[in-house]
Formats: sequence, C-alpha cells, structure tokens
Amino acid sequence: MALREADRAMATTMERPEIPPINPKRGGTAPWPVTFYRSAVGKKWVMAVTGIMVMGFVFFHAVGNLKVYLGAEDLNHYAEFLQQLLVPILPPTIALWIMRGGLLVAIVFHIHSAYGLTRMNHRANGSGYEQRRHYQAANAASRSMRWTGIVVGLFILFHLADLTFGTLNPDFVRDDVYRNLVASLSRPPVALIYIIANIGLGIHLFHGSWSMFQSLGLNNPRWNSWRKGFAIGFAGLVMVINVSFPIAVLTGVVSATNNPDCVTDGSVIVDCTQYENQEATP
Amino acid sequence: MHVKLHVWRQAGPTTPGTMETYDAPGISEEMSFLEMLDVVNERLNADGQEPIAFEHDCREGICGSCGMMINGQAHGPQRGTATCQLHMRKFQDGAEIFIEPWRAAAFPVLKDLIVDRSAFDRIVESGGYITAPTGAAPDANLTLIPKEVADAAMDAAACIGCGACVAACPNSAGQLFTAAKINHLNLLPQGQAERYTRVQKMVDTMEEFFGSCTNHGECQEACPKDISIDFIAYMNRDYVKAQLKNRKLLSQD
Ligand code: FES
Repeated sequence: MALREADRAMATTMERPEIPPINPKRGGTAPWPVTFYRSAVGKKWVMAVTGIMVMGFVFFHAVGNLKVYLGAEDLNHYAEFLQQLLVPILPPTIALWIMRGGLLVAIVFHIHSAYGLTRMNHRANGSGYEQRRHYQAANAASRSMRWTGIVVGLFILFHLADLTFGTLNPDFVRDDVYRNLVASLSRPPVALIYIIANIGLGIHLFHGSWSMFQSLGLNNPRWNSWRKGFAIGFAGLVMVINVSFPIAVLTGVVSATNNPDCVTDGSVIVDCTQYENQEATP
Repeated sequence: MHVKLHVWRQAGPTTPGTMETYDAPGISEEMSFLEMLDVVNERLNADGQEPIAFEHDCREGICGSCGMMINGQAHGPQRGTATCQLHMRKFQDGAEIFIEPWRAAAFPVLKDLIVDRSAFDRIVESGGYITAPTGAAPDANLTLIPKEVADAAMDAAACIGCGACVAACPNSAGQLFTAAKINHLNLLPQGQAERYTRVQKMVDTMEEFFGSCTNHGECQEACPKDISIDFIAYMNRDYVKAQLKNRKLLSQD
C-alpha cells in the first residue's frame, strides 16, 4: 500500500482519484461454496450447471410430448408412466415430484445468479458512450438473454397454470392430458402465446447452450468448433418440436374430432380416454 | 482528405465533459490515426486552444497506452491493431469520426481521451507474477515445454493491457485481460506452483472493479493482439478447480 502511494506520487502529475470498487471486498469468513457463489465466475458456473439441468428437462419434455402425434392413448399413458416412475421403490408421483423439486431449485438459482450478475454489470458499466458501441460478435440471442429469460420464466408460470394445474384452462380435466392440450391449444390466443414463448426459449437456449461451455471451462481446440453446432442443433430441435404442437392443433393435424379415443359434443371435447384397446380387453 | 471529428473533451476527472466538433482538412491518407490527432492538436495549439489529451507511447502497437473508442469500436475499424497502427486510409474522405475515451466504472476519465486504467494494475499486483526470485535465466531446454504450450502462453502474453476488451464489452468485464495475465503464467511449468492461488486472487480482484462475462465475444474482436476467449474458459476452469484442489497434493500429477 505504501509502495503504491509512492509510486503514484512519482508517476503521475495529474490528480487521480481512487477508483471505487463496484464490489467491495467482503470481510469475514464464509464456507467456500458461499464465497464461490458470491463470485461472478462462480455464479456463471452455477448458471451453466442449472442451465444443463433445465436443458435436460426441456429436451425430454419436448421429445416425450411427441407422443401426442401417436394419439390420446399414447400420450395419456406416457403421462401415467411418468407418474408411476420408480413406483415399487417410491409411492406414485413421488419420483416426479422429486424431479420437479430439483428443477425448481435449479431455476431459482439460475434466476438468482442472472439477477445478481445483471446488477453487477450495470454497476460496472459507467456512463456509457455517446456513439453506441458498434457490436462485432454479440448477436441478437446473446444480447437478449435477459428478455428471453423473462419471457420463458413468465411462460413457465402460464404453462403450469394452463396444463399442469389447470387453473387457467376452462376445459381442464385432471389426468386427461390429450384433451387438455387440444382444448387449450385450439384457442388461437393461447396457441400464439405458446409459439412466441417457445421461439423465445429457442433463442435463449441457442446462446445458453454455447455459453455454458465457456462458463464451465470446457474448451478444447479439438472440439471447439462443434460447440456452436451443438447449440444450433439443440436449440433448433427443441424449438421446432415445441412450436409444432400449437401449429398441429391449430391446423387440425392433432384434433379431438375424428379421434377414436375422444368423445366430442360439437366443438366441446367431453373425454379422450375412450381408448380402442381398452374396449378390446374388458 | 478532409474529416470531421467529434471528440470527448473533459478538463479533469471531476468536471463534466461534452462532445466537441473539430474540422480537420488537409489530412493525408498515409497518416496514422494518432498523427492525424497530432495535426489537429498543432492547429489547436496555434489557435491558443487546449489540445486534445490522449495517451500514446510506442506508436507501434506494443505498449497499450493509445486506446480510444473510434466510431463505437475499440481501436477503430481495423481488426487486430491498436489505434496507433490504424491509418487514415481506413476512413472515407469527408467522414465523420466519433472519438471517445474507454467507458467503464473502473476506467474513470482523467482528461479528454485519457482514462485511469490502474484497476488493471490492482489485478496484476494481486497475483500476476512468480513470487520467488529464481536467479538468472536457466539454460534453454532445462525445462521442456511442448510447442503448443509455449505458443499458447506466448499468445496470452501478447496482452498489452490497453483496456479495449473492457471498453468493447457490454458488461464492462475485465475477463480477457485477466485471463491473459493469468494464463501466460498458468500454462507454463514455472507457473504451476502458484496456479490456483493466482487464479483465485486475480479473479477476486477483477470482480471488485469489473462486470461479469456473458460470453458475447466482443473482447476478442476488439483485442489489438487477437487474444482468444479460450483463455477465459481456462481461467474459469482453474477458478472452479481452485475451490476443490487439495493444495497439499499440488506437486502430484
Ligand atoms: S501507442 Fe503503444 S500501443 Fe499504441
């Protein structure tokens, strides 16, 4: 410290105020996971790991739901299968709830880190330029992570209320997944919400699934060039599958009328659990 | 050629500044950007006005003092060069050129285009060295270093500390500078002894002053030495490892 003062006196002829830190050092001792999470590099690591957890979920959620194209029986049995996961070991739905709990924790940490880092970056930014930065590498996806993240976050709440808990779905019938899905997505405003939110998710995933490699330090010249390809492939696949559902319902590719598993009354779906196979086996 | 300059003028660290406009006729295409500023300053001097203050030293891209934001790009429109290596032929005759100092909370403006980059010094002071003096240079090849390693360490060591990475970053993050300063030591055998304490201390100091990396890659584009964001990944990895590493076993593997 003394050396620094002397240095400064010699080397400068100009008044030079001390630079105020944007994150003053914290005193005291905390266990290392806490200090790690307090650091920005640590938060980015947490964002990457929680991002991977959610990516795993999003992938299986999208691929699993492809069963909607096989009909009501397949989709509803798939939903039942998820509820019965690990059933001899755990009671029904418990495995599902454990996974949901894990996801919730991951999402909470993902959002909390993002919030902390955003605040830090705003503090670091200073007064900004008169002439806007002329960006060379940053793309629309990387620049809009905050906004696509918020869109996806709000969508998750809507989606849960719509198809998991049914509070926002006037036609909701518990455990009749096919019927609920078709009833919900056949309303154009709802379908539009799904389409926009899933495009947002795709954009978010595109930057996230590249960025995570850097945040985790996964960098090797042997496969660095694959990272962008993975991001495009992963985000693109998930987006195409997810956006296909509302479009399929709107265009009638997936519908309850003309579906042997469903009973309809005019345009109202009564029930989609009248499986053909069930009738064959009394 | 004839250009029009819009330059940030600020008398001192605590006085507010503004953009001022200067007409600069009779500029040769062969001039470097700094020579063009020299000409403008000569004229300002002759008119009894305060010349535009900017930092410069080597004028050959190796000292890192000449950084400025030119038309929203750090060091101007040419890739892989510092402002002093930029020539006026890169601009159209009649061009309007916006010149601003680096902007970041950690880089307060001292005067006109000069910013205080001593936050970088704080980072290097916290670990960017080998602690023990080990005498004169040992014989070449006494410590064998694979070519790829030597090249990578040299690429990191090319950092001239100009601050363009921070200036170009939407988050004002100091990641590329810090990663370069960590890795030119951490990649080499000589840097291993202090590898994890170095990364811990230098990252922690960096985060006192700078924002956080969101992997835009702007820093790599702006860097006059073309330093790669690969080094940021290596730094991140070492920082995580530093949390877990049993320091007693550092000399193994
Ligand atoms: S003056 Fe030294 S790098 Fe430009």
